Amino acid sequence: MLISKLSRVGFLIAKELSRGQYTYMSRTRFRQMPCGRYQRSLLELLPETRAFQGAIFQKHRDFSTSASNNASEGGDEQKETISVTFVSKDGEEIPIRVPMGMSMLEAAHENDIELEGACEGSLACSTCHVIVMDMEYYNKLEDPIDEENDMLDLAFGLTETSRLGCQIIASPELDGIRLAIPAATRNVAIDGYVAKPH
Amino acid sequence: MAIFGSRRFLSRSFWSLSPHPLRVCIVGSGPAGFYTAEKMLKAHQGSQVDIIDRLPTPYGLVRSGVAPDHPETKNVINQVSRVAQNGGCSFLGNIALGSSVSLAELRELYHVVVLAYGAESDRVLGIPGEDLKGVHSAREFVWWYNGHPDGRNLNPDLKSTDTAVILGQGNVALDVARILLRPTSELATTDIASYALTALEQSFIRKVYMVGRRGPVQAACTAKELREVLGIKDLCIHIKEADLKITPTDVEEMKNSRIHRRIYDLLSKAAVAGPSEPSSGRRELHFVFYRQPARFLESFDKMGYVSGVHLEKTALKGTGPGKQIAVGTGQSEDLSCGIVLKSIGYKSVPVDGLPFDNPKGVVPNIKGRVLSDNSGDPTLLENGLYVCGWLKRGPTGIIGTNLYCAEETVASVSEDLEHGVLASTASLPKPGRDGLLQILDNRNVRVVQFSAWERIDEEEKRLGSLRNKPREKLTTWEELLKAASE
Ligand SMILES: Cc1cc2nc3c(=O)[nH]c(=O)nc-3n(C[C@H](O)[C@H](O)[C@H](O)COP(=O)(O)OP(=O)(O)OC[C@H]3O[C@@H](n4cnc5c(N)ncnc54)[C@H](O)[C@@H]3O)c2cc1C
Ligand SMILES: NC(=O)c1ccc[n+]([C@@H]2O[C@H](COP(=O)([O-])OP(=O)(O)OC[C@H]3O[C@@H](n4cnc5c(N)ncnc54)[C@H](OP(=O)(O)O)[C@@H]3O)[C@@H](O)[C@H]2O)c1
Ligand code: FES
Repeated sequence: MLISKLSRVGFLIAKELSRGQYTYMSRTRFRQMPCGRYQRSLLELLPETRAFQGAIFQKHRDFSTSASNNASEGGDEQKETISVTFVSKDGEEIPIRVPMGMSMLEAAHENDIELEGACEGSLACSTCHVIVMDMEYYNKLEDPIDEENDMLDLAFGLTETSRLGCQIIASPELDGIRLAIPAATRNVAIDGYVAKPH
Repeated sequence: MAIFGSRRFLSRSFWSLSPHPLRVCIVGSGPAGFYTAEKMLKAHQGSQVDIIDRLPTPYGLVRSGVAPDHPETKNVINQVSRVAQNGGCSFLGNIALGSSVSLAELRELYHVVVLAYGAESDRVLGIPGEDLKGVHSAREFVWWYNGHPDGRNLNPDLKSTDTAVILGQGNVALDVARILLRPTSELATTDIASYALTALEQSFIRKVYMVGRRGPVQAACTAKELREVLGIKDLCIHIKEADLKITPTDVEEMKNSRIHRRIYDLLSKAAVAGPSEPSSGRRELHFVFYRQPARFLESFDKMGYVSGVHLEKTALKGTGPGKQIAVGTGQSEDLSCGIVLKSIGYKSVPVDGLPFDNPKGVVPNIKGRVLSDNSGDPTLLENGLYVCGWLKRGPTGIIGTNLYCAEETVASVSEDLEHGVLASTASLPKPGRDGLLQILDNRNVRVVQFSAWERIDEEEKRLGSLRNKPREKLTTWEELLKAASE
């Protein structure tokens, strides 16, 4: 109990540090990292991704895993970025690398991932709602502040592991996190949890 | 931003290859209209999407509803205006469905018509005295302070009384209460209409009663807005301890609703915290629960004016799992006031030729496909006619709700184009925008295109910068149309 509390504090500190760090980081550096883009441009050549989504889901996943392994060979870059996988409204998995300190909302936008952010990260809309797909990662996140909870109240398809994308900031602990984007036309199944109406 | 950036996928539809584009008309440029346009353009590249609005200004309630002291909420405008700048999309303002052009005409001109014109009327209480002077709908009051060109003549009387009653406890009620009670110095730097700011600066309103027919567990507002109103500087909050008592059914209700649980917590904490000694001059907000309006009282000395509300006490009655309604107990009391703002919900208005469910105030539909009548028979569909937003679901939900609503409506359009009723009609050419502009030209309707709106926008920002405001809204039709043409 105590230990987990302590490690949590450590995490908070790391997170604060990384938040600060971000303000000094240039965006261009991030843009130069092509791995996310590259993978997806390959996917564009696979028009059947959409039609046979279910069927190729597994294959698709394998593909992205190996791709992000390749990417992680990139030495220095790897230290400053973490791997994040978005699961789009269509169920497509999109692995990207996100610089420390960057919010998941910004990261999604930098990578042309369709995540809304109507209020541009000012905690006034809830359209950046994402579902953390593994409980383990969800627990690594700092608890949402009141204002985030206020917005989560209104999030479409709220689950036990829902968070706002503009409030999740990349930090080392989150390396490997998978985030699903809820869609009106699809129910996301989270390990052990189901979407509950509110 | 992502949504408008390069697309990963080849378009799913064939419009870009087809000899004539799919012509789509969206009526209403609020969140529902814009999100529909965005999703349509994405799902059917090469289609031509026109968004018409009766106002010369776009964005619906984001401009005329969202409170002036919530600028961050209006950030959504940055995103949706990028939709309007997309080559396939046009905003055509100053065109009213029903008067400038009929629904039948639009359906002739376009393959697909999506109605997203919101809810521009009010639910009524249907009790005596509702038309006394001084009884307004919150919608009118909101239009007034937000500078809607149809709202500026309201001139609410904030000087002959120190007490206002707001009926309803939803977010609109909270917005209205906040505007009445917040220090005007904090409103001065927002985009509030300047005549409204002046009136509020001179307002004598000190006490606001927010009356709900049910209890604190059922309050319709949301936590962010409640927290904000509870935190207003120098405001005394009054909540009766007795009203906070809850029943096992209430507990059950809270178990199933995170938002109700959190609202109840906030109200309970506020009740414990205040009110401190009400020092003279401090403004007061009273949350009144378990009261429903029975009739409005007329003033003795000012004929035709409201002087109070006769309220009936209520109790809750379970009508199903997690659902309790208010029923009158026969006991009553009077609440004196000089102005009443009814904030019990908006209501949509039908246009000629549109199936409409009057009691619910919505267009009968299945997943956005308009049904020919209210029987609910899913086979009786209006070909090519769809609905989205408040007109589809009723007047509830936040901006983001319309995103999912638009997703659903556009999914229906896509299905119908691929293997449904639209497959055959969509293969024939339709006149679309050119045909519409021709008709409007014949009728001397002056269309305000997006570039003309941008001129209005620039002028408003310029005027605002002179007063340290993000914008000074132009609030008459004449001013708006003049700025549009300059
Ligand atoms: C007072 C108020 C404050 C709100 N504040 C917030 C907030 O802070 N945050 C939030 O998330 N949500 C807020 N909401 C909710 C949000 O505004 C709505 O969910 C949303 O605007 C509904 O979108 P819509 O497109 O269906 O309707 P609207 O936004 O009302 O858009 C309808 C459009 O249709 C046009 N129109 C009407 N009739 C015609 C006609 N005959 N012909 C052509 N055009 C026509 C109108 O001019 C308007 O532009 C608020 C709502 C209200 C009422
Ligand atoms: N900041 C924001 O996010 C924001 C701001 C404004 C509006 N909005 C959204 O816009 C939507 C509309 O808001 P709203 O406040 O107009 O509607 P609302 O949330 O539906 O609230 C309506 C209120 O009126 C009451 N009411 C209805 N009929 C009544 C009657 N006959 N007699 C007495 N009371 C009656 C309701 O009580 P009952 O519950 O008992 O029916 C409820 O308290 C909401 O979804 C809201 O969240 C959001
Ligand atoms: S972008 Fe609006 S709350 Fe995250």
